[in-house]
Amino acid sequence: MRRAMNYLYTHPNATLALLLLIPMAWLVIFYLGSLSAMVVQSFYTLDDFTGRVLPIFSTFSYQELFSPGNFDIVVRTLGMATVVTLASAVIAFPLAYFMARFASKRTKGLLFLGVMLPLWSSYLVRVYAWKLILANEGMIAWGAAQLGLTGVLEWILSLPVIGGASLSFSYFGMFLVFVYIWLPYMILPINAALERVPKSLTEASADLGGRPSYTFRKVILPLAFPGIVAGSIFTFSLTLGDYIIPSIIGDSARFIGSAVLLYQGTAGNLPLAAAFTVVPIVIMGAYLLLARRLGAFDAL
Amino acid sequence: MNGRPVAVRLTQLSRHFGEVKALNSIDLDVYDGEFFSMLGPSGSGKTTCLRLIAGFEQPTSGSIELNGQQVAGVPPYERDINTVFQDYALFPHMTVADNIAYGLMVKRMPKAQRITRVDEMLAMVRLPGFGGRKPSQLSGGQRQRVALARALINHPKVLLLDEPLGALDLKLRQEMQVELKTIQREVGITFIFVTHDQEEAMTMSDRIAVFNHGKIEQVGTPYEMYENPQTRFVAQFIGTTNVLEGPIAQQIVGSPAPFAVRPERIALCPPDTAIPPDNIGVRGMITDVTYLGMTIRWIIDIAGTLVTVIEPSAQLHANALDERRGQPCMLVWQKAHNRALKEA
Repeated sequence: MRRAMNYLYTHPNATLALLLLIPMAWLVIFYLGSLSAMVVQSFYTLDDFTGRVLPIFSTFSYQELFSPGNFDIVVRTLGMATVVTLASAVIAFPLAYFMARFASKRTKGLLFLGVMLPLWSSYLVRVYAWKLILANEGMIAWGAAQLGLTGVLEWILSLPVIGGASLSFSYFGMFLVFVYIWLPYMILPINAALERVPKSLTEASADLGGRPSYTFRKVILPLAFPGIVAGSIFTFSLTLGDYIIPSIIGDSARFIGSAVLLYQGTAGNLPLAAAFTVVPIVIMGAYLLLARRLGAFDAL
Repeated sequence: MNGRPVAVRLTQLSRHFGEVKALNSIDLDVYDGEFFSMLGPSGSGKTTCLRLIAGFEQPTSGSIELNGQQVAGVPPYERDINTVFQDYALFPHMTVADNIAYGLMVKRMPKAQRITRVDEMLAMVRLPGFGGRKPSQLSGGQRQRVALARALINHPKVLLLDEPLGALDLKLRQEMQVELKTIQREVGITFIFVTHDQEEAMTMSDRIAVFNHGKIEQVGTPYEMYENPQTRFVAQFIGTTNVLEGPIAQQIVGSPAPFAVRPERIALCPPDTAIPPDNIGVRGMITDVTYLGMTIRWIIDIAGTLVTVIEPSAQLHANALDERRGQPCMLVWQKAHNRALKEA
């Protein structure tokens, strides 16, 4: 034991190898391995007649992906992920800013607890709870009635696309649940970025004549940008891949996640399921490239 | 001094943080174009005072006048004042040129003009060609100059400097002291310089205010502060001094009230020396001696009170210094060097 210790201490490279062995093995075998297996299978051929997947190269799955019915699913998911990300950023920023700049140590601790607390309970339970909250007989409808706002609720539900029979069957309701579920993943990185902006920078901007709005645009926002991008990577990719919320909330229109579930399971069309899964990967890749272009990672 | 235009006037200015009186009813005039230092230990209120003038904090009571105008409720971005921050506060996501041009960008100056002005400022702080770099690529001294250029480009009425040299090493600090003073003479802007380093304040300032416990102990030129300290705190904070009081003061000057005498004004003489008129002579014993290169520091015990004496070193004596410990001696100094002290 002691000799092994001494050996490792005097051979830093051996220590490094030991440290990285398990994570690297995990990354290569389970992560990259399954990812490439998936990409390869998206080019397999489904024998329409027998329903068997044959390892023969074809782009048939991708042709199917771009058929109107399937492409709708992609557009719908992308749209939802975009608005969820934007709304999360808008809601998260003021709170993250307050926590980083103004909150006392105690308040900050309580707020962190508040942000993290939902993550301690089951995701599934929380989504079902929201189903009840959003239902026509649920808390929101009841609250709206008490405040005399039933008209407003009915107006929202009567809107095309985002409305529906009740909040729990509408895109608007689904949007609320998505934002609720992913918000912590936006607050934490923005807060981390803002924590690293010293107070003297905003003072310097004011000192040089910058009004608060100017300081916000030229100093705070650019420095918080990496945090916003990090947060949006979470909210965006998690929304792109989620299949539970679209299947519980909403009018059962399909999203990428639920399409994957359907095609790889009951429909047995593994190549199409794989092609669907490639979509979020491509979108996230493009998104990261764009973010790098905008300088989001310059400060890292 | 009186009749000179006042750049900053503080009247009964106070700033309390809960129970703590960070600044406790201060009156002060800073004149146009002077290099004024606020000197004091940490927690003495000097930085709070600076932040009140800049507008980052609001006074609990009292008033601040800038060129005769009350600035109560005026935010920093509407005050004709700029600041060099202790941590420089350079914007890390901008180039050096953009940092310096920030004040001009706020004013929407056209780019071509901005570039000319930035180049002028870079030349003034001796960093030509550094405009394209990021602050992270600069050394501490270079960042300090960029911060100075950024603050001066707007030609403010008053420039506030919050311990700007604190993070630099000794050699660089001394260079920057000279440079700051030169730049201040060139631009003719009022500088208010906060520091805890009395030597720095003495080197650079036209006048100094010594802060202690949220109050100003004394205001004056470096000469006045050193030669005529009014309080025990000032006497001990600026340079080193001997404070004599109680029975020993009674014995020497006939009153127990405290007075100060500088160590270099006292001569160390043989015990049987005849005392010239208008001089004071006190017998004592050498308890310690330290060779400091340029000077020799003696610690003399006179009736239980330790007195420091500083003499220019002489090569002839240096070798035999240790043998002097325990020997009797006579301390001689002119009565005119005694300074009566008020307790603040």
